[in-house]
Amino acid sequence: MKKRPAQSRSSGEWLIAVPPYVWLVAFFLVPFLIVMKISLSQAVIAQPPYTPVFDLAAGWEGLKAYVRALSLSTYAFLFEDELYLFSYLKSLQVATLSTLILVLIGLPLAYGMARAPDRAQPILVVLVILPFWTSFLIRVYAWVNILQRDGLLNDTLLALRIIDEPAAWLASDTAVYIGIVYSYLPFMVLPLYANLLKLDESLLEAAADLGCPRWKSFFLVTIPLALPGLAAGALLCFIPILGEFVIPDLLGSSRTMMIGQTLWMEFFSNRDWPVASALAVVLLALLIVPIMLYETVQSREIERR
Amino acid sequence: MRRRFSPFNLVSVALGIAFLYVPIVILVIYSFNDSRLVTIWGGWSLRWYAALLEDVAMQEAAVNSLLIALSSATTATVLGTLAALTLTRLGRFRGRTPFVAMVYAPLVMPEVITGLSLLLLFVAVNLDRGFLTVTIAHTTLILCFVAVVVQSRLVGFDRALEEAAMDLGCPPLRTFLSVTLPTIAPAIAAGFLLAFSLSLDDLVIASFTTGPGATTLPIRIYSEMRLGVKPQINAVCTIFIAVIAIVVIAASILTRHAERRRATE
Repeated sequence: MKKRPAQSRSSGEWLIAVPPYVWLVAFFLVPFLIVMKISLSQAVIAQPPYTPVFDLAAGWEGLKAYVRALSLSTYAFLFEDELYLFSYLKSLQVATLSTLILVLIGLPLAYGMARAPDRAQPILVVLVILPFWTSFLIRVYAWVNILQRDGLLNDTLLALRIIDEPAAWLASDTAVYIGIVYSYLPFMVLPLYANLLKLDESLLEAAADLGCPRWKSFFLVTIPLALPGLAAGALLCFIPILGEFVIPDLLGSSRTMMIGQTLWMEFFSNRDWPVASALAVVLLALLIVPIMLYETVQSREIERR
Repeated sequence: MRRRFSPFNLVSVALGIAFLYVPIVILVIYSFNDSRLVTIWGGWSLRWYAALLEDVAMQEAAVNSLLIALSSATTATVLGTLAALTLTRLGRFRGRTPFVAMVYAPLVMPEVITGLSLLLLFVAVNLDRGFLTVTIAHTTLILCFVAVVVQSRLVGFDRALEEAAMDLGCPPLRTFLSVTLPTIAPAIAAGFLLAFSLSLDDLVIASFTTGPGATTLPIRIYSEMRLGVKPQINAVCTIFIAVIAIVVIAASILTRHAERRRATE
C-alpha cells in the first residue's frame, strides 16, 4: 500500500479535498480563533455580551485600537477565583481515575473477547457497539433510575440486609464514576480488542515452551504488544471525560463541579462569555498534549494496516 | 489455532456484557410499569406510551431531531467520504498535516468546547440560531466519524481494479462511480448510520447552537430529566433504544450479507 498514484493520472483530483477542507476551516478552525479572541475581550452588558470581534471599516487606526483593547484580565480573573482552579483539578482527578478503572475493566473484557470462539466474536463486537449507538443521555438516565433513593440498588441492598437504611448514591462522586465508566467502556474495549486480535499466538506459545507461566506471559508479552491499543483506548476516554458535562450534571453533586459544568454555568446562567471562552481555551491547552498523542497513535495505526 | 477460552475469559466477557446491558434492560422494564412511582412495581401497562401520544412538545422535538439528523448526516456523509478520499488518495499534499489534525480532533474534542466555539461563530456572523445552525454544528462533528469509517475501508481497497478500468479507457469520474463507489458503499452506509445516530443523540452541541423552534429531542428529554425521574421519560427512551437497535442490527446483517456475497463472487 505504499504505492503513490501517478501525478499525471487526473489533474483535477485535488478538487475532492476542497469541500471538506473549506468546511473544517470554516466550522472548526475559525470558531476556535473566535473563542481565543473573545477570551481576550471584556465582558460588556450588551447583546452579544462582549466587545465586537472585528470591524474592518475602521482601518489601520481601528486595528491598533483593536489590539490595544485585547486584555488578559479574564485569565487573571480565572486564577484569582479558586472555583475555577478546583474545577480543573476535579476534572483531572475524575478523568485520570476513571480512565484507570476503565483500563482495569476493559482489559479483561477485550482480552476475553479476542479469545472467544470465532463464531461468537462478531456477535460480541455488536453487543459492545450497540450501547455506544444508543443515546448517551439515556444510558446516564438509566443509572438515575437505579441509583436514586428508592431505586433498585438500595432496594436490593436493603433486601440482602447489607445496609439498614437507604444510602444516598445519587449526587455523589461514586455515581459520577459509575456513569462515566459505564458510558465510556465501549471506547476503551473496541481499540483494545482490535489490537489484541492481531496478537501473534506463536509468541505466547514460545513463552510457554520456555517455561513462562501464563499469568507472567500476559504481563510480559500480551500487555506490551497491546500498548498501542491501550493508549488509543485510554486517550479516547481521557480526553472527552475531562470536558464531560452531562454525566456529572445528572449524577454528581453540585458542590464540586467539573470544568464542563463550570463552563456551561458561566455561559448559560451567568452569561459571561469571555470567562466561558477563557475556560475553554485553558481546557484546550490542558488537552493539547493528549490530543497530539492520540493523533500520533491514530495515524501510526493507519499506516501500519 | 489453539486459542484457549478459559473460564476466566468467559466470566470477564459475561460480566462486562451484563454491566453494559442490565441498566438498559431495567429502564425498558420500568417503562411498562403501571405505577406512577417509577420504582414501585404496579403491574404491566402501556399507559406511559399513551401519555406520550398527548405530549405535543415531545413529538415536535422528535420531528426536529429526525430532520436535523437526516440533513446533517447526509451532508456529513458526502463531506466525510470526500475527506476520506483526500486522506487516502492524494498522497502527501501541502496542507495535509493540518487537514489530518482537523479530521481527527473533533472525534475527541470535549463537546462543550465545540458547542461554545460554533455558537460564537454564529453570533459573530449574525446567523440566526435555529434549525440551520444545529445542522451545521452536527455536520461538523459527525463528518469526522464518517471520514474515519470510510477511510478504514479505502485503506484495504485494491487499486488495481481502478487502474484496470482506466487502462481500458474508462474516464476517472466514471471509474469512481462504477468501481470505487460500489466497493466502499457498505462503509459509506455504515458511516451514514453512525452519523445519523450521533446527531440524534447529541445534547451539548445542540444546546449551544439551537434557537427558538429548534428544540431537539435530547434537549427536551434533558429538561424533563432535571425535574426528576418520570415514567414517560422511560417510555421515550425505550422507543429511542428500539429504533436504534433495529437500525444497527439491520445494518450489520446487510453488511455481512454484502460481504458474504462479495466473498463468493
